[in-house]
Amino acid sequence: MKEGTTLDLTDLPPHGLGTASVSWWGTLAFMLIEGTGFALSIVVYLYLMSLAQRWPLDAPPPDLLAGTTLTALLVASLVPNIVLARWARNQDLLKVRIGLIVMSLLGMAPLILRAFEFPAMHIKWDQNAYGSIVWVMLGLHTTHILTDLVETLVLTCLMFSRHGDNARRFGDVSDNTMYWNFVVATWLPMYACLYWVPRL
Amino acid sequence: MTGRDGSDSRDTAFNDAELDRRLASVWSTPPGLWGILSTVDHKIIGRRYITTAFVFLALGGFLSLLMRLQLAQPEARFIGPDRYNQIFTMHGTNMMFLFAVPVMQAMAVYLVPLMVGTRNIAFPRLNAFSYWIYLAGGLLLWLAFVLDAGPDIGWFAYVPLSGPQYAAGKRADIWAQMITFTEVSALAVAVEIVVTVFKQRAPGMSLDRIPLFVWSMLVTSFLVILAMPAIVIASTSLILDRLVETHFFNPAEGGDVLLWQHLFWFFGHPEVYIIFLPAVGMVSSIVATFTRRPVFGYLAMVMAIIATGVLAFGLWVHHMFVAGLPRLGQSFFTASSMAIAVPAGLQIFCWLATMWAGRPIFKTPFLFVIGFVVTFVIGGLTGVMVASVPFDTQVHDTYFVVAHFHYVLIGGAVFPLLGAAYYWFPKLTGRMMSETLGRWVFGLIFAGFNLTFFPMHILGLRGMPRRIYTYQPEMPWSALNMFISLSAIILALGFLLFFVDAIRSARSGAAAPSNPWGASTLEWATSSPPPPYNFARLPVVGSLEPLSDHSDDLPVAAGLRVDRRELLVSSVVEAIPEARESSSGDSIWPLWAALATSATLIWSIFTPWAVVWGSIPVAIALIGWFWPKGVPEDES
Amino acid sequence: MRAVSALLIAALASGCSGNQSALDPHGAPAMHVEHLIIGIIAICTVVWVLVMATLGVALLRGRRAGADNAKHEARLTMTVVAAVAATVAIIAGVTIASFYTTRNIGVPESAALTITVRGQQWWWQVFYAGAGAAPGFQTANEIHIPIRTDVHLRLESLDVIHSFWVPSLAGKQDLVPGRSNSVLLRAEKSGVYRGQCAEFCGLQHSHMAIMVVAEAPADYDRWAASQGGDAMTPADPDAAAGRAAFLAKPCAACHTVRGTPANGTTGPDLTHIGGRRTIAAGLMETTRGSLAAWIADPQTLKPGNNMPMVPLTSAELQNISAYMESLK
Repeated sequence: MKEGTTLDLTDLPPHGLGTASVSWWGTLAFMLIEGTGFALSIVVYLYLMSLAQRWPLDAPPPDLLAGTTLTALLVASLVPNIVLARWARNQDLLKVRIGLIVMSLLGMAPLILRAFEFPAMHIKWDQNAYGSIVWVMLGLHTTHILTDLVETLVLTCLMFSRHGDNARRFGDVSDNTMYWNFVVATWLPMYACLYWVPRL
Repeated sequence: MTGRDGSDSRDTAFNDAELDRRLASVWSTPPGLWGILSTVDHKIIGRRYITTAFVFLALGGFLSLLMRLQLAQPEARFIGPDRYNQIFTMHGTNMMFLFAVPVMQAMAVYLVPLMVGTRNIAFPRLNAFSYWIYLAGGLLLWLAFVLDAGPDIGWFAYVPLSGPQYAAGKRADIWAQMITFTEVSALAVAVEIVVTVFKQRAPGMSLDRIPLFVWSMLVTSFLVILAMPAIVIASTSLILDRLVETHFFNPAEGGDVLLWQHLFWFFGHPEVYIIFLPAVGMVSSIVATFTRRPVFGYLAMVMAIIATGVLAFGLWVHHMFVAGLPRLGQSFFTASSMAIAVPAGLQIFCWLATMWAGRPIFKTPFLFVIGFVVTFVIGGLTGVMVASVPFDTQVHDTYFVVAHFHYVLIGGAVFPLLGAAYYWFPKLTGRMMSETLGRWVFGLIFAGFNLTFFPMHILGLRGMPRRIYTYQPEMPWSALNMFISLSAIILALGFLLFFVDAIRSARSGAAAPSNPWGASTLEWATSSPPPPYNFARLPVVGSLEPLSDHSDDLPVAAGLRVDRRELLVSSVVEAIPEARESSSGDSIWPLWAALATSATLIWSIFTPWAVVWGSIPVAIALIGWFWPKGVPEDES
Repeated sequence: MRAVSALLIAALASGCSGNQSALDPHGAPAMHVEHLIIGIIAICTVVWVLVMATLGVALLRGRRAGADNAKHEARLTMTVVAAVAATVAIIAGVTIASFYTTRNIGVPESAALTITVRGQQWWWQVFYAGAGAAPGFQTANEIHIPIRTDVHLRLESLDVIHSFWVPSLAGKQDLVPGRSNSVLLRAEKSGVYRGQCAEFCGLQHSHMAIMVVAEAPADYDRWAASQGGDAMTPADPDAAAGRAAFLAKPCAACHTVRGTPANGTTGPDLTHIGGRRTIAAGLMETTRGSLAAWIADPQTLKPGNNMPMVPLTSAELQNISAYMESLK
């Protein structure tokens, strides 16, 4: 061993998991960026509301059915998501494959419900500022469901490929479940804002 | 892969020469066009980033000379109002989005991995992507300007002047989309820096041993992460108002004009500190090296940097003091804007104490630091002035403010940057810049700057508004304007000489040793310029100044593999080793992803469907980027 | 006699447009702010000199390395702490002074006179409400106010953001579309005070000046009474021909001349244009020549402004200019 060597790294694991993983922190940082964006969109909503004589502008409050069903579905999806995270931690390939298929389906279902949410707002984006902000908030969140769905689908394919059985891949699955938790968590204040603030 | 994971692939098995050879073969960027396009080496990308940013500095400076030519005389007809509005918009947009923020981040891309003792930045491919996106955004803006479609709405793009009704054509859309390019790139770099600093520090570099420059870049990166989403929301809303007739900023349909200003300045004020805090780090590095002692009050400095970062989010309304907001709110923002003078003052006092207790060596980088203190204190004090609402009602949107923020941005950030350029040039290029020319550069820039910008304070108080393409002969401003325009020539000569020195030195400057200034941080522990893998063996840190404690025999860690790009992941607080981790190899996919993203963004200026269709190639490029290729870096 | 002295004063005042300066205040609000400006600049200058002196001594003092370090560092710490404390004290003082000044320049609940100013690209539309029997009226780019009177300006915008700024009388305030802002204007002595738009508003932001004419209350009343009346019918044959041409050409589509069929509202009200000191928002002094030059080719004089070039024969041009000049 070379002179001046005071530390031996040989026995460290060849890949970090959880908080020892660089990509875990990267996911967290991107969540912080996007979380700030979501928070700002809510601030813009409340700001426009504070200026208006009545709210919503020229529209009844949104219908609750589609949005509430979607919210319930998203919250319910946390259960298989957390189970999948545990399977990924245990590096159980078969279960992870099943979990990813389930989560892919649970990523598609909200998109279908979302299609009913836009008309439930009773306003178009180009009618007034209220319409503009609710469409942008819904759109912003939809893109997050969509990107996470694409990521989940790609990961599903990966886990069925020869690259699947690899600690790095299980780490990716784990980060993906964390991101889905984020997508669900950010929706809850947006749901409250879009559906219940107009009824206050 | 256990067969190749034996001791024969560990650095412990080799002597220095063999280790260097093996590491080089794994980490080197291949020569030729493919290497240029696919490299993920933070040093190559950092150099590229810095060079590009300085090119934009030169272009933006050229625009300012055109403005000074026009303003030298009253009612000059050299440039018409349409072109002038494009020029001042381009100058501001270019300097803020294409020069100041990127150049500071670029310095971090190059220096932070070296200063924390790691082999590459975190997410090296994202780093490559962020450079390409930045370059595309810059090209978009400048090509538009050359084609007479440059934005003409000011760098702040206030609605309704930038909205669908008053900004016909595509100029405002190009501005808004250029913002998206630079945001994406700045956010990406910020994430890389945060993760590099959190997780890739050399063993033993606990939080209290992080160099001040790294601290300042860490806080800066958090500012980017928290501030930039506001401008993303703002510019997206603007594009939507313009393209698909939303009404965010239309008062007739429940929108609001001041909403834009709130969103813009919620980003725009932290932006100032995104530019200034890196300069704090640069000044601290230079002061420590050229006074031959550590910066006085390390903990106080760190706290001041963090406090500045926090306060930066509580000041935005002071850009809106004359917009007619409620007086109570204004009082709060006066107090908070004044309060930021306290951490800024603390930083100045700590540097003065360092100089007082140290033994100053008057080399060019240190001259720029002295120039920085002289001018930045003026900029800070005029900042106190404009924080006062009544004072601001008289100087807001006048040349007083032009003077103020050039003192803050040039005095407070560009002087340290130029000092940093002289200071780190040997590390970047392996060659020294000229000390003789450096003194001339400093003298010309310092004199030229003050002669150009100080009189603007007076012009502003005497009633000259900003953003005017001309003024009438009966106004008493002609003499000072002529004086300012002539002084700008001195300033321009200083910058010209700087570029001459930099280009000449890069080609034929004296060869630099690894630590030419006798500095004490880790980037000086490796050769100038560093090898592709930065450190043959990772340094082990036992103090804030690892190189002053161990000038020749820096303790090192061993045991990393040499048959794949491998670096060390350590814990956030204590920097205790946690894992060996692979670092991505070269890849062409970031370039494809950047091209697909750029095409989508530019296309979306014309139709919203571009976002739908453009997302397909973007998704393909991202899948190609992340799909495992069966290389050793994909193993675990 | 009075007319002569009024002319003299006007000539002197318009010759001195150097009064567009925050450091040359002629009204209570601007004076309060000027005191604050001078005070803060004085304090900051002292601070800067002290910091520079410290810097100079720190750099040039004898280099004594390694002398009783611990004691030395402790003394430095004390000094830095004291300097921070001094910073806090100065900042607090400036903040309080600033609050105090803000209180003094606010718009009072009830002002003697309220004038509405509506910014447009690139001129100022001014509305005076009628008082009692006197009818309300509209003018452009020139505000008359009585001296030693609090005047409340209501600020609105028709298009983009502008900013009303007459530095000798008050600090600036933005004119924001969809909102209404207020500023207190007050002049202590007679004079013409120049101001100009301070918020970038497009192509001709540079040429958007406004004149505030402060005059003795009696003069102001006379001016207001005359502004309330319809336009004079010209006696001069050239001007009379000009009136006919003005009404026949597209001019009337954009401009109002009260007492004639011309009732366009896009451009400035021209009922009393001949009595205003300048035309085209401070671009030129009002003379028959400048009027002719402006009407002949507004786009060369003020590129991008919203007044089109109307083809006229040279006789028509001369006559319309004469008519405009006659509209006192």
